[in-house]
Amino acid sequence: MPWIPKTADMPIPLLEVNNLRTSFHTNDGEVYAVNDLSFSVEKGETLGVVGESGSGKSQLVLSIINLLASNGQLQGSIRFQGQELVGMKPKEINRIRGNRIGMIFQDPMTCLNGYLTIARQMTEVLMHHQGLDYASAKKHSIEMLDAVHIPDAKNRIDRYPHEFSGGMRQRVMIAMALLCQPDLLIADEPSTALDVTVQAQIIQLMNELQQEFGMSIIMITHDLGVIAGISDNVMVMYGGRICEQAPVFELFDNPRHPYTLGLLRSVPRLDTAGSVKLHSIPGNPPNLLQLPPGCAFVDRCQKGIPVCDQRQPRLREISPEHRVACHLEELP
Amino acid sequence: MTKLLRVDDLKIHFRIPGEGLFRPRHKTLRAVDGISFDLDAGETLGIVGESGCGKSTLARGILGLVPVTGGSIWLAGEELAHLSARELRKRRQHMQIVFQDPLASLDPRMTVSEIIAEPLQVFEPNLGKKERKHKVQGIMERVGLLPNQINRYPHEFSGGQCQRIGIARALVLKPKLLICDEPVSALDVSIQAQIINLLMDIQEDMQLSMLFIAHDLSVVKQISHRVMVMYLGKMVEATTRDDLYRDPRHPYTRALIDAIPIPDPAIERNKKFEPLQGDLPSPLDPPSGCSFRTRCPMAADSCAAEAPAQREVSEGHWVSCHFA
Amino acid sequence: MNQTLAASTEIKGRSLWQDAWQRLLRNKAALTAVVVLATISLLVVAAPWLSPYEFDEIDWDLISTAPSLENGHIFGTDSVGRDLFVRTLHGGRMSLMVGIIATLVSLVIGITWGATAGYIGGRVDNIMMRIVDILYAMPFMFFVILLMVFFGRNIYLIFIAIGAINWLDMARIVRGQTLTLKNKEFVEAAMACGVSTPRIILRHIVPNLLGIVVVYVTLTIPQVILVESFLSFLGLGVQEPNTSWGALVNEGAQDMESAPWALLFPAGFLAATLFCFNFIGDGLRDALDPKDR
Ligand SMILES: Nc1ncnc2c1ncn2[C@@H]1O[C@H](COP(=O)(O)OP(=O)(O)OP(=O)(O)O)[C@@H](O)[C@H]1O
Ligand SMILES: Nc1ncnc2c1ncn2[C@@H]1O[C@H](COP(=O)(O)OP(=O)(O)OP(=O)(O)O)[C@@H](O)[C@H]1O
Ligand code: SF4
Ligand code: SF4
Ligand SMILES: [Mg+2]
Ligand SMILES: [Mg+2]
Repeated sequence: MPWIPKTADMPIPLLEVNNLRTSFHTNDGEVYAVNDLSFSVEKGETLGVVGESGSGKSQLVLSIINLLASNGQLQGSIRFQGQELVGMKPKEINRIRGNRIGMIFQDPMTCLNGYLTIARQMTEVLMHHQGLDYASAKKHSIEMLDAVHIPDAKNRIDRYPHEFSGGMRQRVMIAMALLCQPDLLIADEPSTALDVTVQAQIIQLMNELQQEFGMSIIMITHDLGVIAGISDNVMVMYGGRICEQAPVFELFDNPRHPYTLGLLRSVPRLDTAGSVKLHSIPGNPPNLLQLPPGCAFVDRCQKGIPVCDQRQPRLREISPEHRVACHLEELP
Repeated sequence: MTKLLRVDDLKIHFRIPGEGLFRPRHKTLRAVDGISFDLDAGETLGIVGESGCGKSTLARGILGLVPVTGGSIWLAGEELAHLSARELRKRRQHMQIVFQDPLASLDPRMTVSEIIAEPLQVFEPNLGKKERKHKVQGIMERVGLLPNQINRYPHEFSGGQCQRIGIARALVLKPKLLICDEPVSALDVSIQAQIINLLMDIQEDMQLSMLFIAHDLSVVKQISHRVMVMYLGKMVEATTRDDLYRDPRHPYTRALIDAIPIPDPAIERNKKFEPLQGDLPSPLDPPSGCSFRTRCPMAADSCAAEAPAQREVSEGHWVSCHFA
Repeated sequence: MNQTLAASTEIKGRSLWQDAWQRLLRNKAALTAVVVLATISLLVVAAPWLSPYEFDEIDWDLISTAPSLENGHIFGTDSVGRDLFVRTLHGGRMSLMVGIIATLVSLVIGITWGATAGYIGGRVDNIMMRIVDILYAMPFMFFVILLMVFFGRNIYLIFIAIGAINWLDMARIVRGQTLTLKNKEFVEAAMACGVSTPRIILRHIVPNLLGIVVVYVTLTIPQVILVESFLSFLGLGVQEPNTSWGALVNEGAQDMESAPWALLFPAGFLAATLFCFNFIGDGLRDALDPKDR
């Protein structure tokens, strides 16, 4: 799969997130799902986000598009094309969401309405955001379905979502997300629920579409193989924070954070001979309600030093574009 | 070595009520359609296939949790079909299962000790309270749970720990056969490795025979001695682990291996392959002839006309394809 | 060392019930409702000791008098001179008793019917649930009225009749829940461990049904109390001199203008009780809902 190298830095990034903090008010106390997160996504870049279940990946992207649950609260700054999204009126956000930012989720049925035909749902988006008339909206929709390789799109567009198979529905959802040619596509585990052969189709499709339309992608997954194949930059999350971020080759060749290192070594791989015993990270993911005062990974880290228990490690740039949050990096 | 388990031409069909108000036509869903294999003591057989190909149904059939339509199952030289319900219940202590969803497989209203002790109460009812607790704590320690958590409830544990509880329950009777139905699919990557290592250790320690079901070839590769690939209720290829990965003969196996993304950008980005097109056909009306032919890049006319037979292409390497 | 340390400090778990209880305690509305309901129940039970009057004692000198502290009729008297305070509490006894006993009747029939249909499944389930459907279609109020007319106004008949209406819902709910539970992996795991069917039902199905049943019970009791009130309103409820909140409200409504207290006090108690049950039911439902975890 070809990979477009990153172009020279643009003056303003497409998406710039600063000190983002997402908290939920619950009966058991305040849950900080996303904690003090800062990163940016350039035009045409694919940012891969990996992390344990519950590490805040989904809440991060839901924060960006402002679709948090009602008990959620947002702090910090999210700038999209220079425009501040935090605190924006719902009406304005709506204009951006679905138009400039497309979304795909793990379960296509969260996006698709089971009681309306695909044609109806797709044309509505176009008519609403771009003011097209029905005929041209439908024509455009069919083209988009063709682009995601739905066979016989012309006839299938008048069907209902449940008449499609799982992989096909995922394609329809991708087509819907791309209808208005968004500048940013957010994909939250788009292939996790699919079979490997269908996953391979979807990943290939996304790579192909990115070349065609040139949008930026934020790809959430917990499959390091998918990350390796699709992203330019990788962000590793743990306990609601970034623990490491680097360009994909750098991250896989030179992982610095103990969690990243452990993660890379704990995946069973097809390309190694025989069965070497897997490395495994001991312990269990942290409880967000009782995060330790120091590093969230400290209970499971085998390289911990005394300071890890006391102080939160700072996210530091250790080489250009490679950021790590670990006290070991601060040692002389 | 003696064969611990032998499955011979096993068929499990479900009758699906037809549609239509008048004279509804029942359809038959062939979830498992003529599967044969055997398993040595202390051996692990991996079973791989896409969602809906009948892996779980096969496991349930072997355990007697769904009625079997045809074929036979032999456990330690004894055919299970001929046993009475009571006798069959007794054999259950030799065969145990670990499920995919760690939390759902534990009764939310029972404590960990009650859950793990349940098989003991059935098969060793005369055991004293103290001994039972001792056994439960012993097995908890073996699977990596702190024995002082004995009075906690499943919802107080993380996914990986719940899976350990499920494994402890399956092992407390010291079974000969352990069936693992996608035991790591619902777990995080870092936890997956823990559970896989645990299962491998235990298998060696207890000389367990294991049926390890997964949809992920890389996980199966890690743990199995032999691997069987299934497609729409049928076996498409079965051989030793190394053989399968070195020399996959069936086009479906090859496609599966290709489709797995490799966590190394240098390899993954330069991989050249054509992913399989299309989706799994509906198991209610599978294609005629070879059931893989709708997606097979090598399909020829003969594939539609005639289902390929299982052939042994080299010793112990079975393939069902006309052109293997 | 690990072993000894571990054995000495066994951690106590928190069951789902304890969890739910904690959550219920945090729910202000439900907690208030529990307190109010407990107070009403205590009053109702202690009625004979709280007032110098009997519930059927007629005071010919004080007919339809307004509430007053001086003569001891703090809720006033009714049109035949009986003390309304005692009568309201006595009526409450009857209403709550109808509510609880009828609900118990519906509970027993409903759970047995629903759990059996759900667990056995297949044709048995089909037949049993069709019977429920047919019974649903029957005009039950009409049926109850007929019963009353034939057999006279018997208080036990009321319990049974009302219970017989309400078990249908219970059966449906329990069956649905049993069906889902039956397909849960932990039940399958129990089967794979060789646990016998009766034991599975007792150890796994029933305890997991309890949550929904408890919620449903708290919502059924007020419903039954209302049905009884309605019957009383039609003049088909309990018989004089016994009374219930419904009967009292009915009597009070007849001369609402001249003696409003005869309507307001029983109606207030009735409404408060209904509110309380509904709040508790809602609170329990939220508390037991595992999604919130
Ligand atoms: N509405 C909410 N109220 C309270 N806590 C919430 C809420 N929504 C999410 N959380 C918590 O936020 C944390 C982060 O959740 P998130 O969905 O972002 O995880 P994730 O990284 O996407 O995990 P997964 O890989 O399982 O999808 C979780 O611990 C979750 O329990
Ligand atoms: N009790 C049942 N009645 C009818 N059909 C069933 C029943 N159980 C399973 N099936 C069908 O049998 C087929 C095989 O199902 P099975 O659960 O064995 O697949 P699987 O390989 O385990 O898939 P997955 O990877 O999704 O777990 C599916 O098409 C399923 O719908
Ligand atoms: S900060 Fe300390 S505990 Fe955290 S990852 Fe680094 S070494 Fe481990
Ligand atoms: S028999 Fe034909 S269709 Fe089937 S796998 Fe072989 S080549 Fe493909
Ligand atoms: Mg998520
Ligand atoms: Mg399965």
